[in-house]
Amino acid sequence: MQSASATTQPLPTYPPEVHAALLTYLVQLADTSLVLGHRLSEWCGHGPVLEQDLALANIALDLLGETRSLYQYAAELEGEGRTEDDLAFLRPATEYRNPLLVEQPNGDFAATIVRQFLFDNFHYHVLQQLQRYPDERLAAIAGKSVKEAAYHLKWSSEWVIRLGDGTEESRQRIEKALRTLWRYADELTTPTPAEQTIQTAGLLPDYASLLPAMQAHTAHVFAEATLPLPEGVVMQQGGKLGRHSEHLGYLLAELQYMQRTYPGMTW
Amino acid sequence: MPTNQPPTTNSQQLTANKIWPLLEEVSDPEVPVLSILDLGIVRDVVVEDEHATITITPTYSGCPAMNAIATDIRLRLLAEGFSNVTIHTQLRPAWTTDWMSAAGRQKLEDYGIAPPVDGTATGHMLNLFGADTAVRCPLCKSDNTHLVSQFGSTACKALYQCNDCREPFDYFKCHA
Repeated sequence: MQSASATTQPLPTYPPEVHAALLTYLVQLADTSLVLGHRLSEWCGHGPVLEQDLALANIALDLLGETRSLYQYAAELEGEGRTEDDLAFLRPATEYRNPLLVEQPNGDFAATIVRQFLFDNFHYHVLQQLQRYPDERLAAIAGKSVKEAAYHLKWSSEWVIRLGDGTEESRQRIEKALRTLWRYADELTTPTPAEQTIQTAGLLPDYASLLPAMQAHTAHVFAEATLPLPEGVVMQQGGKLGRHSEHLGYLLAELQYMQRTYPGMTW
Repeated sequence: MPTNQPPTTNSQQLTANKIWPLLEEVSDPEVPVLSILDLGIVRDVVVEDEHATITITPTYSGCPAMNAIATDIRLRLLAEGFSNVTIHTQLRPAWTTDWMSAAGRQKLEDYGIAPPVDGTATGHMLNLFGADTAVRCPLCKSDNTHLVSQFGSTACKALYQCNDCREPFDYFKCHA
């Protein structure tokens, strides 16, 4: 992931606790898009049809692009000489801050779509706000990524509808995926202490303010899909604090293998 | 690339006016008929004290061509003896297909890629399964075409098919 171009933007100055919380948050965002992008890239060559294989790879690439911008910013803000590559390839699973949802295995196409829909609905709405927030660099990254996230959300929403209101088989599969994955939805909008700190500092929208638009979109898509909204699900949390499911370790073992085995390798 | 020559000190004076025409000769590696000026990704060229800063903006966040483009710019300038160059990547304002030149649009269509139809960016999220953008087939020029997938051979393109000549073709998505 070597960058060929230099960035020369001045870094913002914040009180120490805000600086630390922003750094944690940037790494959390980058980890999230990296892990989900990696999961989607596992589909490459295995998609149900060529066009959807390409769609999955395109979305993975957008997420990886967002990841790089975020890690680059985090590495500069940290100021300890680490690079985006160090952050991606040389941290153990316990230091990864992605929510549990994005590390869940691909499963079948329906499971991938449900995971993507839950993520896209949050991602799109948070980026839309964030691009108008005062941290210049984060707002610029959000403004760039939100255009791409709009395509992602449209794609995953239409697939939820196709599968829900499709055949008996597709219906049964998406219902199963919802039973498995809905439990990871709330973590996305439950702020960690670091998120609370930068929300209080005015650098991140209050997640409660995103919920009406997110819920309205979900209600619309599920109505079109003729799917009932899951109810009474016991929610799972912890990924954003470094407590992960077993799946992340296997994912990172593959993702980090080359840099761990041949440190500093480039091609 | 003159790697076996001794590094030249700039025999000619470096000015922004000399750099712009050179950038016209750097093409997008994934759409080689387009120069990076046609694409609208060069935002600024500033020369101060014999040092050039060229600001470019990515089309899509993960566009793998960006590193290649930055390298190609360096090599093109180096061939003229200009080695004191910084390439700065700027995310904001985010790139839009509005910045693509009229000449670039024509080159795209001649190459077999439908150019962006302005004003059709994905902006209405609840317009699911909405009507496809009417895109003219670059081959037989029919407007009777349909969207196959929003995601095509690269991040910036969608896949269409012509209902008349039946050819599949790439459409350079409107991105605003």
